[in-house]
Amino acid sequence: MENKKDFLDWITSIDRKFIFAIIAIVVLIPILLGIQEEVQISPSVNSAYRTIENLDSNDVVLISIDYDPASMPELQPMLKAMLRHAFRKDVKVIMMCFWPLGLPIGTQGLEQVAAEYSKAYGKDYVNIGYRPGDRAVMVEMGREIRHFFRTDVSDVPLDSFPLMKDIHNYNDISLVVGLEAGIYGDYWVQYVGSRYNQRIILGVTGVMATQTYPYLQSGQIEGLIGGLKGAAEYETLIGTPGFGLTGMAAQSWAHVAIVVFIIIGNIGYFLTRRREKRFRVEGRR
Amino acid sequence: MLETISVWIAGGLTLCIFSFLYGDNPIYKFAEHLYVGFSAAYWLIYVWHFTIKQMVINPIVAGESGAWLLIIPLFFGVIMLSRWLPERYSWISRWSIAFTVGIGAGMVIIGQVQGYILPQLKATLLPLATGSWKTNIDNFFIVIGTVTTLTYFYFSRREKSTMSKFSRIGTAFIMIAFGAAFGYTVMARISLLIGRMSFLFGNWFRIVKPL
Repeated sequence: MENKKDFLDWITSIDRKFIFAIIAIVVLIPILLGIQEEVQISPSVNSAYRTIENLDSNDVVLISIDYDPASMPELQPMLKAMLRHAFRKDVKVIMMCFWPLGLPIGTQGLEQVAAEYSKAYGKDYVNIGYRPGDRAVMVEMGREIRHFFRTDVSDVPLDSFPLMKDIHNYNDISLVVGLEAGIYGDYWVQYVGSRYNQRIILGVTGVMATQTYPYLQSGQIEGLIGGLKGAAEYETLIGTPGFGLTGMAAQSWAHVAIVVFIIIGNIGYFLTRRREKRFRVEGRR
Repeated sequence: MLETISVWIAGGLTLCIFSFLYGDNPIYKFAEHLYVGFSAAYWLIYVWHFTIKQMVINPIVAGESGAWLLIIPLFFGVIMLSRWLPERYSWISRWSIAFTVGIGAGMVIIGQVQGYILPQLKATLLPLATGSWKTNIDNFFIVIGTVTTLTYFYFSRREKSTMSKFSRIGTAFIMIAFGAAFGYTVMARISLLIGRMSFLFGNWFRIVKPL
């Protein structure tokens, strides 16, 4: 009886530092051992992949970097995987940004992948940088991109780039890819997708994935990549493993640990409730 | 060399922030205040470079056609600063706020109706008998889920009415949605930890291959 009491006391008062340590260990081991895990491809990511796969070599994709370093582990692998896919197919890329802190990390990803495929700036890709004004900018870009983006990120006029010569608005852009850690994904769908019938793919953080699925179900977006798992699926589809796939083993191990903790917590809760009930009954006698 | 210094600073600051897991302490506070200060300075540079310089000063200096129109938003922007003046003058800033609220409301109404409510409504009007039984089941859950969840938010129903029974089904759908959202949130938070761990052990300690 005394032992059972001790176990109950322990199970209902585990120090949170102990939980932090367990989570740190289960995340660290797969990273240190370089364990990779296979992932099942979901229809939403497959649909995103098919959309880019079906683009022609001279089509233009506009990628919007709407995240900052806080969401980098989830969205940067998506950016790199999609850039690799696009450059492999000779699809042209225009990068822009609505989150000021996203510009350096977006630029870093773009330059790294462009170098891997020997792509030339101005001919194969252009980085038009950051602009404030979100919805107003999105709507106005439907008329003329230059109304808000006269120059690229380095203050060079857009017309000086061969890629930008014939690109003026969404009619000249085959696909918008929004990598989102906030509300801008909704804006792309509501203001650009609905108004200009622009094809859109969204890559979002795990936190936002559930609220973005309705856009996929309604056909307002053509693909949805959610969280690190989505990035891992995309990496699997293009056959180039990256951070997404390496992170999935750690992710799975951590999920198992969390499920175990949830079960332990529930056992503690129900046992405590039963004990309290028994004490109440004995007290009445 | 510069990159090595950057990685050491970033790694050290990551450990400073992680120290909060043990408890609030001066090292954590130092990193937190440093972050706030740097973020504010970064924003200031961006506002100057990408907003004031590129969107206001450059077009006016270059004499672009219609650049004089920029005086209007510039005027509203400047009078927004009147909030710092004594109360006698600070009311002027309300013009800018009124302008912003008016534009914001107009944009939101159009966006929500055209880009959210109508397409989502259309996506819910689904046939329950199609050639595919899988589609039938999907459509059934979407229709029932939408209708019962809406009845949950009809608050003036009677407690023992049929509508209340429907709303209980709606509660189950809402709980499932919360569960899915929680699951994704756990995944997102663990992803951030994985990102930091691989930075510390890859880029900083060089024990594993940097990602």
